[in-house]
Amino acid sequence: MLTRTILRSLLAIAGLTAVFGFAYPAVMTGFASAAFSHQAHGSLISSGGRVVGSSLAAQDFTAPRYFHERPSATTPAYNPGATTFANLGPTNPQLAANVHKQAEAILKLERPYNPGLTIGDIPVDAVTTSGSGIDPDISLAYAQLQARRVAAVRHLPLAAVEKLIRENTTGRSFGIFGEPGVNVLELNLALNNLGDK
Amino acid sequence: MQPEGIGQIALYCAVLIAVAYPLGRYMAWVYTRERDDVVERGIWRVFGRGSGTEQDWKSYAKTVLIFSLLFFGVLYALLRLQGHLLLNPDHLPGVTWPIALNTAVSFVTNTNWQYYGGEATMSYLSQMAGLAVQNFVSAAVGMAVLAAVVRGISRRSRSEIGNFWRDLYRSLVYIMLPLSVIVAVLLIWQGVPQTFDAHATAATLQGAHQTIARGPVASQIAIKQLGTNGGGFYNSNSAVPLENPTGFSNFIEVLAILLIPAAQVFMFGRMVRARRHAWMVFAAMFVMMLIGVGTAVAAEQHASQVLRSSGVSIAAGHGQSGGNMSDKEVRFGIANTALWATVTTDASNGSVDGAHDSLTAAGGAVPVVNMFTGEVIFGGVGTGLIGMFFYIVMAVFIAGLMVGRTPEWLGKKIGAREIKLAALGALFVPTMVLVMTAIAIGTKTGMASIFNPGAHGFTETLYAYDSQANNNGSAFAGYGATSFSASFGSLAMDFGRFVPMLAGLALAGSLAGKKTVPESAGTFRTDGPTFAVMLVGVIALTAGLMILPALTLGPIAEGLMH
Repeated sequence: MLTRTILRSLLAIAGLTAVFGFAYPAVMTGFASAAFSHQAHGSLISSGGRVVGSSLAAQDFTAPRYFHERPSATTPAYNPGATTFANLGPTNPQLAANVHKQAEAILKLERPYNPGLTIGDIPVDAVTTSGSGIDPDISLAYAQLQARRVAAVRHLPLAAVEKLIRENTTGRSFGIFGEPGVNVLELNLALNNLGDK
Repeated sequence: MQPEGIGQIALYCAVLIAVAYPLGRYMAWVYTRERDDVVERGIWRVFGRGSGTEQDWKSYAKTVLIFSLLFFGVLYALLRLQGHLLLNPDHLPGVTWPIALNTAVSFVTNTNWQYYGGEATMSYLSQMAGLAVQNFVSAAVGMAVLAAVVRGISRRSRSEIGNFWRDLYRSLVYIMLPLSVIVAVLLIWQGVPQTFDAHATAATLQGAHQTIARGPVASQIAIKQLGTNGGGFYNSNSAVPLENPTGFSNFIEVLAILLIPAAQVFMFGRMVRARRHAWMVFAAMFVMMLIGVGTAVAAEQHASQVLRSSGVSIAAGHGQSGGNMSDKEVRFGIANTALWATVTTDASNGSVDGAHDSLTAAGGAVPVVNMFTGEVIFGGVGTGLIGMFFYIVMAVFIAGLMVGRTPEWLGKKIGAREIKLAALGALFVPTMVLVMTAIAIGTKTGMASIFNPGAHGFTETLYAYDSQANNNGSAFAGYGATSFSASFGSLAMDFGRFVPMLAGLALAGSLAGKKTVPESAGTFRTDGPTFAVMLVGVIALTAGLMILPALTLGPIAEGLMH
């Protein structure tokens, strides 16, 4: 009884590994590259013949001419090769310190372009790490907060920048699912392309 | 709270019921079909004489244990040796022993606790041929055992409860595989990668170098959601945009978590011909789920003490969803992340689309309590409903005591043996969780895993053993891997998986052998709302009272802090 069960189990393991470990992912991969090649390979974005990133991964923007991402807990920041949470609990003093530091940095950067800006104008997503560390989106509120700076640095009319924000806002899927957000990489690429014209 | 968020949760509930009901009917047909298909007949030929005949509960249980043990050995070897094997384009080394042990146990027991970061630790071969196979198989083992238990309950004066190989095969080929293909296709469409190419590299707009991890992701994510597994391809699990790109992909993934467990309630109702009873069980689960979702959404929207006192804008509206956005993604916002945190711990899924460690005190208490019930609020595929059977037996027993009659369930008299098995099944795991938490908190080596200071660090420890013992796999993920925590956790996962499973099979074997007795005026009716209330009450009185002291030390203490 025991030997037979062991033999049957080993046969089953081999068969299951072949079907679910190899055949299933292989068939799905074949289907994916035929039907949805762009998505299947990581939604990569090319510009000038080079891969500049993925629309599904944030990247580090520090220059004032760019819209900035949410904070990231990965090493280095915005690393789609090793995602992580910050894992700071709701009463952790480190969380308070991080939020405070980030808010101060935003005030310092944006206040020259937004006179009278106070901490109460900063949306919460701007001072908190994202779940993945590579959240490609910022809230509409955070994008609008940055619009005056980007417009001023790039010598663009504010209306042109706000138009680009609207164009690069991802609404709820089918108008129902999820929350709206602004894809920062796509927005910054659109800004760069505007400059080329 | 925005109306859009509440609307999405309401839509979720409606779609869940609308899809789970027909799926449950289909599953009942799958497990009761007399005729074997051509593949099954082939398997009996290869496996030899008598391999397709029905087994009694002991023989069924032995097969489950031997099969699981061997599969554990194969998976452990694969993880250790991955550096020398195929499909390792990023040249990752073999996994160290404590992590390989914990991971192999974790996936064979349908837990998917992860003490490693997937994209940086596991080769494509390990992900596909190791972990993804277990996602299918460990889930199917749970489904097979449930099918056998339900069959046992539905039978009279018999000793056989089914054939493990047939139940396993049908769970996989008739249910898991077709659903996985559908979900994987939807996810690829939405943007989840599915490729054997190595990680992509990009030169960012500011001239930095970026590595974008990808691989055969969608095929694995589909089954990790459907099979209440939860082990992600990426470290941050379904918070990662490559694993969960849009609001719609999020809806599909969170629906997939509860789909099969909810369908199994309807399957049960059909197989034992007690549909009204099944609806009452469903109602009890549904109400407990709604309480959890409501608490979590309200707490997360209210935000944490730190964020409230920081002065930044946390109000929903004006271009943001507000609330506790710490370790959450903009495209999901508060409602979807809180919904996910609740249902992933109602079921034994354990995938996350935002960090649980960063939830507010009350928001984080919801998953702790959900898991501590033994995950009977829909629960893991198969194992959840078995856990609920233990509480049902206790509920009819207590009701029987109140009216002074021998308790009955579905026409079977419930005797001392059944009560003992049900009590074992329901109480073993929560007791183990409390003992293990106490050991981990009381020792230096256990304390080394804690990441956050204060009461939150206690909750991290409680969560770790609550999650592993109940085969959930989600974490307050700051809690770190040490040799101690990895091997101690392996014990929790093993006992937490197999003790209730064996108790369930034994209960089924015992019930299958009984005659049915006609209902009388004194029978406590199990097909009305009184029963549903009674059932929720029994769960609150057992699991709820057991967890209360620990909650006081963890989330409640933290919630009172400033």
